[in-house]
Amino acid sequence: MALLQISEPGMSPAPHQHKLAVGIDLGTTNSLVATVRSGMSTVLHDEHGHALLPSVVRYLENAVIVGHEAQAAQSMDPVNTIISVKRFMGRALHDITDRAHIPYHFVENDASHGVLELKTRAGLKSPIEISAEILKTLKARAEKALGGELTGAVITVPAYFDDAQRQATKDAARLAGLHVLRLLNEPTAAAVAYGLDNASEGIYVIYDLGGGTFDISILRLSKGVFEVLATNGDSALGGDDFDHRIYCWVLDQVRSKTPNFSPLTEEDTRLLLTKARQAKEWLTDNHEANLLCKLSNGTLVDETLTVQQFVSLTETLVSKTLGPMRKAMRDAGLSITDINGVVLVGGATRMPHIRHAVQAHFKQEPLTNLDPDKVVALGAAIQANILAGNRQDDALLLLDVTPLSLGLETMGGLVEKVIPRNSTLPIARAQDFTTYKDGQTAMAIHVVQGERELVSDCRSLARFELRGIPPMAAGAARIRVTFQVDADGLLSVSAREQTSGAESNIIVKPSYGLNEEEITATLKASYGAAETDKQARMLREAVVDAQRLIEAIQAALAQDGETLLSKEERDTIAQHVTMLNTLCQGSDSQAVKQATEALNQATEHFAARRMDASVQKALAGKNLNSLEM
Amino acid sequence: MQNHFELFQLPQTFTLDLSQLESHYRSLQAEVHPDKFVNASPAERMRSMQMATLANEAYQTLKHPTARARYLLQLQGVETEEENNTAMPADFLMAQMEWREAMEDARHAKDVNALDQLLADMRAQARDLQQTLATALANEPARAALTVRKLRFIDKVSEDVNQLIATLED
Repeated sequence: MALLQISEPGMSPAPHQHKLAVGIDLGTTNSLVATVRSGMSTVLHDEHGHALLPSVVRYLENAVIVGHEAQAAQSMDPVNTIISVKRFMGRALHDITDRAHIPYHFVENDASHGVLELKTRAGLKSPIEISAEILKTLKARAEKALGGELTGAVITVPAYFDDAQRQATKDAARLAGLHVLRLLNEPTAAAVAYGLDNASEGIYVIYDLGGGTFDISILRLSKGVFEVLATNGDSALGGDDFDHRIYCWVLDQVRSKTPNFSPLTEEDTRLLLTKARQAKEWLTDNHEANLLCKLSNGTLVDETLTVQQFVSLTETLVSKTLGPMRKAMRDAGLSITDINGVVLVGGATRMPHIRHAVQAHFKQEPLTNLDPDKVVALGAAIQANILAGNRQDDALLLLDVTPLSLGLETMGGLVEKVIPRNSTLPIARAQDFTTYKDGQTAMAIHVVQGERELVSDCRSLARFELRGIPPMAAGAARIRVTFQVDADGLLSVSAREQTSGAESNIIVKPSYGLNEEEITATLKASYGAAETDKQARMLREAVVDAQRLIEAIQAALAQDGETLLSKEERDTIAQHVTMLNTLCQGSDSQAVKQATEALNQATEHFAARRMDASVQKALAGKNLNSLEM
Repeated sequence: MQNHFELFQLPQTFTLDLSQLESHYRSLQAEVHPDKFVNASPAERMRSMQMATLANEAYQTLKHPTARARYLLQLQGVETEEENNTAMPADFLMAQMEWREAMEDARHAKDVNALDQLLADMRAQARDLQQTLATALANEPARAALTVRKLRFIDKVSEDVNQLIATLED
């Protein structure tokens, strides 16, 4: 019998071992997980052969059910069965304008700055926790199918998601125990799947109408570079709204026929919404749909909806997608004749009148050769495979943009824009401010996101105070506020008083996200009460982080250690690695964390030299051209 | 510290070969973009984000003629004083007033086509101004700075027109 080989902890076993990485499309209506197997991007199925996991979470007394089984129970148990939770991500209660028609018990959590929560029989649940349940289910599905623990995941978000919504998605992934390689915009993911599949070059428009979100992205595809030129959208417009129009229509019909019609129960609301969705789907291939069901008070609903009626009921929704399309085209500086192709993404684009509207607008037939439900997950899997390092030779480069402008509040409640929308990521911008009064020692900084001139019309992302400004005459202090948006589209803000060096650094945790303590508290709650469990989990996380760092540094040393470092420098790093490896055998998670940070710091100069070498390498052989001039 | 031209290994001149700029930018991003450093140490991830940020900033500056001219002047130590120097020749002031009037007329008439035409007119005017920049930058920095101020003004009006179009189309 062959002996199993087990490598020393922290030592990377084989240099080119295939890493298990997945792409996850966390959708409003359905979610999917995909991976690249034998060079092909493939959607992973559950044990019943389903590719789509309905994004439905049902809370029982002591258990959580996700997917089809939860969906089947939605009319019976509407309050504890949460659908379309993505609509509530990063949102406060007042953002949910149609909450009267949604059968949930919304609660505003004062402790977390108005973050919205839902009251279920299993207690209060935040949208982040509910989304984490969906992600956990997909993670389990992938690990079962691939036979191992995942290295990481690319999770897609609507391109038009703001900072709060992105941060909430990342928090959900963390709660689900997923290592996020990248948050990828859904239309960009679709473009990757589509572009690679069809070897496309040129300017493409991605029209992505999902269950609850609408995105439009314009990309230039050229030699493996996917450059987003402009993006626009509406993060509260999707297939759900079409269901809702049908629901309102059928309710009007019933009311007009039934005198003294009693108010709907939560079960009735959910039942009618389900019937509405089924009717919408039926009308994709049929001329009329019948809505037939019995309400709890015994009223029989029996209504027929024709395609013509449906089209006129939802005309305004379709035209709501035209504005963002025009804006994106304008921002990209393009006209209709510049467009090489229009790709339809999202289940809602199956509706024939959507297809007609897009065709009429762009004067060309849209491309639909990839399944609009799967294309986002397929593209995310391709990106995950590359990011995990499984295809190092790959030339794929994604250049994405910020969907919304970022700014600061100034006098009179006006917004001073610091980073304009459609800036290529990553981006940093600094803005200088000064004091208003003599001797002023503190300054409040309010970060907002949006296109409007007034602060009150934009989304508030964060407020923080810069303290310790030395007392000076009004206007003498120089406060430089720097915005940095990373490749995930997430913002961090730092402020520094230039003359004294007083610095205030924050990672913007938007007003409606979870703060670090809340995440930790939720994580702890999810491991159960036992103190030893918590400690074991914390140690495991610290060791995983440590090993990830050791692996990264060993790979870098193998590449450049000999050329970029002296023997002494290599020895110092080696000592840190040995020490960290030893600590990983022990049980002190705090010590592991500290040694991990120390190792990272010990490689600072190595990181700087490697980056310089990368810059040199990038343009090696290119300077001949410039010398000629 | 390298300047933006040196970063892309391009000659420090206004008449830049834009396709070469783009090709060098892409080659650089292909090596330094955060996507290439997902599994690297936090120290390297930070460097990668900073370098990719710098590459984007440098590319945007050199790509747009107004920004490129402003940057070249800055390298020569000439301030463009766009915030505080509003003195303009009479003919340019007249043109400005006409644009603002055309904008107000279009606002009342809710005429998006007229605004599109206005944008096109301003673009043409900007192109003419940009064409004078190469010579001015070489010989008369003060005149180049005035041209940058004019271009900045056209940009501002264009932004307002775009904002108005967005409002009218909503």
